[in-house]
Parts: sequence; C-alpha cells; structure tokens
Amino acid sequence: MAVLQQLLHGFRNLARRQHADKNVADEIDSFFAEAKAELEARGLPPEDAARAARIRLGSATALHEQVRSYGWENIVSGIFQEVRYTLRRLRATPGFTVVSVATLALGLGATSAIFSVINGVLLKPLPYVHPEQLVALWMTAPGVKIPNLNMAPSVYFTMADEKRAFQAVCMWTSGSTSVTGRGQPEQTPAVYATHELLPILGVTPQIGRLFAAADDNPKSERTVMLSDGYWRSHFGGNPSVLGQRILLDGNAHSIVGVLPPSFEFMDRNLDLLIPLRLERAKTYLGRFSYSGVGRLKPGITVKQADADLGRMLPIVMQRFPAPPGFTVKMFESARIAPNLRPLKDDLIGDIGNTLWVLMATVGIVLLIACANVANLLLVRADGRQQELAIRTALGASWTRIARELLLESVTLGVVAGAAGLGLSWGAVKLLSASDLVHLPRAHNIHIDVWVVLFTLVTSVGFSAFFGLIPVLRYARPQIANALHSGGRSMSHSKDRHRVRNLLVVAQVALALILLVTSGLMIRTFRNLRHVDPGFTNPHEIQTVRIGIPDEQVKEPERVMHMEQAMLDKIAAINGVQSVSITTAVPMGGEESNDPIYAEDKTYREGTIPPLRRYKWVAPGYFATMGQRMVAGRNLTRAELFNSSSVALISENTAREMWGSPAAAIGKRIRSSVKDDWRQVIGVVADEHIDGVDKDAPTLVYWPLLQKNFDGDKVTVQRYVSFVIRTPRAGSPSLENEMRNAIWSIDPNLPLARVDTLETLYDRSLARTSFTLILLAIAGGMALLLGIVGIYGVISYSVSQRTREIGIRLALGAPLTNVTRLFVHNGLLLSAIGCACGLAAALVLTRWMRSLLFSVSPADPLTYFAMSAALILAAALASYLPARKATQVDPVQALRAE
Amino acid sequence: MNETNTDVIQGTLDMLILKTLSLEPMHGFGIARRIEQTTQNVFKVNPGSLLTALQRLERNGWLNAEWRVTENSRRAKIYRLTPTGKKQLENETTDWQRRTAAISRLLKAEA
Repeated sequence: MAVLQQLLHGFRNLARRQHADKNVADEIDSFFAEAKAELEARGLPPEDAARAARIRLGSATALHEQVRSYGWENIVSGIFQEVRYTLRRLRATPGFTVVSVATLALGLGATSAIFSVINGVLLKPLPYVHPEQLVALWMTAPGVKIPNLNMAPSVYFTMADEKRAFQAVCMWTSGSTSVTGRGQPEQTPAVYATHELLPILGVTPQIGRLFAAADDNPKSERTVMLSDGYWRSHFGGNPSVLGQRILLDGNAHSIVGVLPPSFEFMDRNLDLLIPLRLERAKTYLGRFSYSGVGRLKPGITVKQADADLGRMLPIVMQRFPAPPGFTVKMFESARIAPNLRPLKDDLIGDIGNTLWVLMATVGIVLLIACANVANLLLVRADGRQQELAIRTALGASWTRIARELLLESVTLGVVAGAAGLGLSWGAVKLLSASDLVHLPRAHNIHIDVWVVLFTLVTSVGFSAFFGLIPVLRYARPQIANALHSGGRSMSHSKDRHRVRNLLVVAQVALALILLVTSGLMIRTFRNLRHVDPGFTNPHEIQTVRIGIPDEQVKEPERVMHMEQAMLDKIAAINGVQSVSITTAVPMGGEESNDPIYAEDKTYREGTIPPLRRYKWVAPGYFATMGQRMVAGRNLTRAELFNSSSVALISENTAREMWGSPAAAIGKRIRSSVKDDWRQVIGVVADEHIDGVDKDAPTLVYWPLLQKNFDGDKVTVQRYVSFVIRTPRAGSPSLENEMRNAIWSIDPNLPLARVDTLETLYDRSLARTSFTLILLAIAGGMALLLGIVGIYGVISYSVSQRTREIGIRLALGAPLTNVTRLFVHNGLLLSAIGCACGLAAALVLTRWMRSLLFSVSPADPLTYFAMSAALILAAALASYLPARKATQVDPVQALRAE
Repeated sequence: MNETNTDVIQGTLDMLILKTLSLEPMHGFGIARRIEQTTQNVFKVNPGSLLTALQRLERNGWLNAEWRVTENSRRAKIYRLTPTGKKQLENETTDWQRRTAAISRLLKAEA
C-alpha cells in the first residue's frame, strides 16, 4: 500500500514537475509569512520581523532544494538528466558518434544474429513434454567398422517387449509415397512409424484417434494420419475426412486422424504419418536401416539406458533367427553395442561445432570494434583533459567524472545495440529466406526475448568494458596535475601512447586470427572444389526420381521394360545427349550397404566380410555422368535384359580387394553365400557419393534386373532416378517433356526430386560455403577495423608530434627519415600484433579442425600469406598519415599551439 | 534564542509531528511553533527537516494535506492526521515509551 502510494506520488511529481516545484515554493513562502506574522504579533517592526523570519528559515534556495529532492523520482530524473546531457554531448560530435555507433552496431548485430541461430538451433529445448527423456536409438558395430548402426526390427521388437529403462520405444523411417486417385499423382513425403511415436512425443491428434498396436499389424486395415498442412491444402480442413480412404502406393488407407498444426518431428518434411507394419513372425536379425526413438523412464540417464540396452542385445540374438545365408555367429562377430544419444543431439548433428566457431568469430569482430571505439574515446577524453582537470580542481569528485565517461560509452553501446538488433533481425530474415544453408531446426530461428536480452547484456557489458579504459586513464584522483602540463605538449611521453598502442596490437592480433580462420576456410573450399566427385559438368545433368510400387506392377521383368521404355522416350527429347538410370544419385542421400564375398578369398567361419556400398545402374550410366572407366568395359543392354551375372566396382574397391583395377577384371563376387557368382566386367573411378567432403565409399554397381540375388529369384529396382545429360537441364520446359515422356508409359507415376546434379553438388558444399562466407565477412571486417585502428593511431601521433617534426625538419632531417619514423612505428605495432595473433591462431584454430578439409589447422601457407597481407595493409595504413607529416611546414609547426 | 535548545532527537520528529497534529489540523509553521512551545524550546525544529518529514508522512498515507485560507486570510497548506496516521502514532508512542522506560531503568541501575 505504502509502496504503491510512493510510486503514485512519484509519477505524479515526475509528470508535473513544475507543479510539484511550485507547491514546495508556496509552502516555503507560507512558512515564511506565518513566521513573520508571529514575530510581528510579538511586536517586532515589519523589517526586523522579516529579517528574523529569514534567519529562522535559512537559505531559501537550499531549503527548496532539500525539500524537493525528497522521493525516488528525483534520483530517476537525475539519471535522465545525465543521459540527456550525454546525448547532447554526443550530438555535438556527430562524426565520432556515427562512426562509433556504426562500428559497434556491426559487431553487436553480427553477434546477435549468430546468437539467434545458436539459440534457435542449439539451446531451445525440443517442443515436447520432458524432452530430456527422449533418446535416439543408435547402436554401433565395431566388428564391421560401423560407428553408427541404425535400428533393426529384431531390436525394436525385443526392446518393445522388455521395456526396462524405457517407457516406450518406436521405430520409424521417412520416405515418400505416391498419392493417386485424387487428380494428378503426387509424390508425398511421409513418415512410417510404429504406433508408439505420438505417445512417446506426447502429441495427440487434433481430430481423430491415435494409432494403436493393431494399426502396426500387416493383417489389419491400412490406416494413415494427415498433417495439418496436408489436411488443409488437400481436404479443405474438413473434419469429415475421418474414415475416408486415400490411395497410397496403390493401396487404400483409411484416414484415422489429423496431426496438430504445431507438430514437427526431426525436421522431416511430413505430410502423412503411416504405421510401420512389420510382420513379427518373418523378422530376422539384420535390416539395420530404421531410425528409433524412445522415452526413458523418469530419472534414468542416457548412460543407464545404454547399459540396459547392452543387456538386451544378446536377447535379440536368441529370439530371432539369422536371415538366409547368414548365421547368428556372424551377427555376434559384428560386436553390436548400444550408442544411444539425446534426441536433440541427434537432430542437431554436428552443426554445433560450426556455430560455436562462428560465434567465437563474431565475438572477435566485436572485440575489435570495441578496441576501435575505445581508441576513439581515448582521443576524445584526451581532448577534454583540461576541462576534466578544471572540473576536478573545482571540486567535481572523480567518481562523478568516471560516471560521466562510463555513461557516455554505455549510451553509445545501448544505441548501437538497438541498431545491431535491427541488423540481426534483417540477417535472420535473409537467412530464413535463402535455402543456401540447411540448418537443422531452422524454423526455430527468431529474434525472441532471449536474443534481445543477450544483445542488451552484451551491449551494456562490452560498452562498460571499453568505457573503463578511458576512465582508468583520466578519471583517477591524481588528475589535477594535468592542469599544469598545459597545452604546450612537447613530444609525448611513451606512457601516453601506451594504452593506444596496446589496443592496436590487440586489434591486429585479433584480426590476424580471423584472417587465418577465413584463409583456412578458403583453402578448404578450394580443396573441396578440386575433389573429382565422379561426375563432370553437373549443371548439365538433370535428375528425376520415380517409383513403381509392387501393388501397381507385380512382375519384375515388366517393371524393367517400363523403365526402359521411359528411358527411350526421354532419350528422344530434343537436346538430350544421353540418359540412364541409377538407384542412387550422387549426394542424393540414398544408401545401401551390404557385404561382398569374392570367389578367390576365404572367409573365416562366422564373420561378415567388409560392407560395400551398393548401387544399381542401367547401361550408359557412367558415360552419362562422365565417370571415368578405369579398366574393363561397361554394362550392355543385352546383359541387363538377360539378367547376366555381371557387376562393376569402383577403383577403391578393386584396389582394396585385389591391389589394382586390372587385377579385378574377371574376378567373381556375390552378395550372400546363396547367390550366383557375378563376374566383375569393369572398374570405374571413385565416386564421392556422400558429398565431396566425405571419403569415397567402396562401391559395387549391379545391373537393375538380377537373378538369384540376395535370396530372391528375380529382383528389379523399383525406385530409381533417371540421370539425363542435356544442356537444357534445369529448364521448366524439359521438366514438362520429361513428365510427358514418363506419363506416356504410366500416367500414375508421380515425379519426385526434379533437380540438376549441380543443385545437389552445391547443397553438399552448402555448410562449407556458408561458413566460408560468414568467416570471410568477419575476416574482412576485422581487417578493415584493424587498418582503421592503425591509421588512426599513426595519424593521431603525427598530429600530436607536429612540433617535433617541425624541429626535425628545421634542423635538416630528410623527409624520408620522418616518414620512416612513423611507418616504422606502425609496422612495429603490427608486427607485435601479428606475432601474438599467430600464436593465438595456432591454439584456437584447433577447434575448427572438423570444419576443414585436407588442410591442417596449422597450415603454414595460410599463416604466412595472411600475416604478409596484414603487414602490407598495416604498412599502407601507416604510410598514408606519415606522408602528411612530411607536408609539415617547419615555421608553421613551431608557431602552432 | 535560548542556548540550551537543540535539534530534535534523531528519528523522533515524525512522532512529534503526528502527536502535534493529533490535537488539531495545522500548517507547517504552526507545527514547528507548537513543538517548540510545548517542549518549552528544548527542541528547535529545522524547517527543511520539517517540510521533508511532512512530505514523507503524507506519502506514507499518515497525513492529508490541503491548501486553505487561514483565519488571518493567508493561504497555507493544512495537514490533518488520517486514521492510519493515528494508528502509527499509537505504535510509535508505545514503542517510544518502552524504549525510554528501558533506558531510564538502565540509567538508574548504573547509578
């Protein structure tokens, strides 16, 4: 109550300052009048009474001040007054203010922008209840050199039975399905998951029901859940969709629910959620190709759950049989072990390292900006030295002067922080508008309360920090002696320049660190561009993916004929030079790994041979891609249609297995011990199928149509990509003609992933390009600010030493000597800065090792080139002001001051 | 003026003001004069302290203030005790009596 009244009174007084003042004055007047009246009543003459009353009151001004200064509002308005005074002083020197605010705003804006990314991607918890209980189910198999092994149905069933440390587990995979029977066929992104997914995440459908265990049963009716977006765009948000059926891959699925609008899962683009229907009776060990998510029981740590899963894995081996051609012993030899990790870590992946490196980078830019502004503040305080000394002499306390100087820098910081927030807002908009960077959880990146708070704290913190430098220098109690040093400054003592020099050394050192990091990124980028990815001119290669599901066309041979017919139709399109088919376009993300047995090798009982990457191709694939043939020959059309027992391998596979590509030709290989042997007819150049920054895997290329493969009598690849070499790649007209060509064979096939190979190639370089661009911008800013710093210090020192220069020139010193004096000074500073920067960079760049590609963090060339560039720039930055020194007229200089 | 009169004991001015106003509403000078008269000039009230104290008491809700014309037709700000002010006075009085009693007991014991 009392507090409230205090506040109310205070605000009333603040709002009506004059009224409040008058009130006090009136009361004092009335007090005086009463006192005088009383004295008069006692019989004093009016003049004497007035004088006595005045004595009684004391100084009216002092009294007025004492009475009106009561109340918290006066402290507030005192601060306002000081801020107003500071702002007025800053306005009086617009050049200084604009330069320092702009410099700081750049630094603060960059820091705030990167922080908003870190906040959105790394720091925000996942949008589920108790997200800390959610884990991604990963395993590892050191026995077959697989560090990250996916989930398998056998492991899922065992975990779902046993539970133990888990409340529930779910197995899922993402993919797409073709929706037909509703206008044009559409390839629609879908997640296939066992029924526990939504309960684990704590999500309930906005309408309809959750999936139940029965939905996972292959014998029950097929069901599906729609995303909110798909429901609104395809069904007009009509609640009567429940119970309707839609055709997915040719099968009718009954709609049982609609997901809530906020639903998100592992950054998957998801329109449909479909139960993963696995037949338990037909489950073997193996098929480690699913993802898993589980919810731990409360209080269980990931480590405990890991140990628990470790005890469950041997049970898996007992409960499920090995697939044909394998033995349980083989699986045991893989030494499968649990490797659980928090779901958030799994989603974020390794972007954290990149983001923290960027954060450190912008932090350094901010420091450099602060050093620059501190330098400006020093010069400014230098100019005010006499004023400050006089004020101290007149009784201003040094704390008051310190407060004034600090308030000035903090005001600069807060204004710059607001401007920086604007910059960061723009940067975040730009970032989310461009799909250059594929950041996980990108939709979470906003300027929110935390970002604003962070920017405010950094602005105030950093500005107070650099504001302290002039304070320590000028607002010390012993300042009074500055008075008698007078204006006739002779050559300045070294001490006066020390702080400024120190700042320049720090700036140069920090700038060099950034230059070295961006140099290393440039080298990385160049190295990546020089990797032969296994194809040529990717901008001329068009890709498009189709799938012919079982339900649509049963016989494998017919599928192959359809694919061939489409191939022929596409080949006839105007401008198409060649066309072929593959199951996995480079950098397209499809992956299939299996072991390879060679006829001339012996395998120890119960072990699995090394896994190879499998890929299926049609004739002409390598020619279309521009992938070099190293030995042997290509696949022929006759071999494809006869399902001949042939295969091709990549050069690294050949070298690993037989020592040389030539030696591999004619050798026979197979995928499992029950298969026919297949003859190696060709060896092709390595293919960086996972991206140029990843090692080229050892590959095996099979024909699309095969007999007696992996336990099946006849197999055909139903989900394939066409690769088309044509100068028209990427044009909408080509896409149209491709669609017509494919639909002329089967009008029910949706086209997916219509891209040029260059898009995929660029996307695989996206993270490196993104890091490179940001580091280069930061490095450029650092270089610029560093050079401005050197330039500023040298020109200031020239202006301060005009007199000395005059004397030197008058005594006959040659012009070049004078120039050299200053250039020497600038070079010395930057050399010291470089040395410190090199040492720091050697230590710091170790943290960015994971961002580099075939370049050492201590790459001598980068270090040398960047130091040389910096020294050169520093020499120029000191030469320009030094030249001004030679234009000094000795007579003028001696008369000056 | 009498040499023996002193400034009001630290912290008691509020209580003296409240007590004075409990007799009748008064303006600032009236309060000062009344305190000096009643204490037979033992206490001298500093106008600055008095006016600041009045502001404080008013903000605490213990006093109401109003500009009025006095009987000799001068304008003056008249202060009046509020019910909460009255309660506050009672509290302060008991508190004060407890303290002085304690102090005098102590002094007697020393003697």
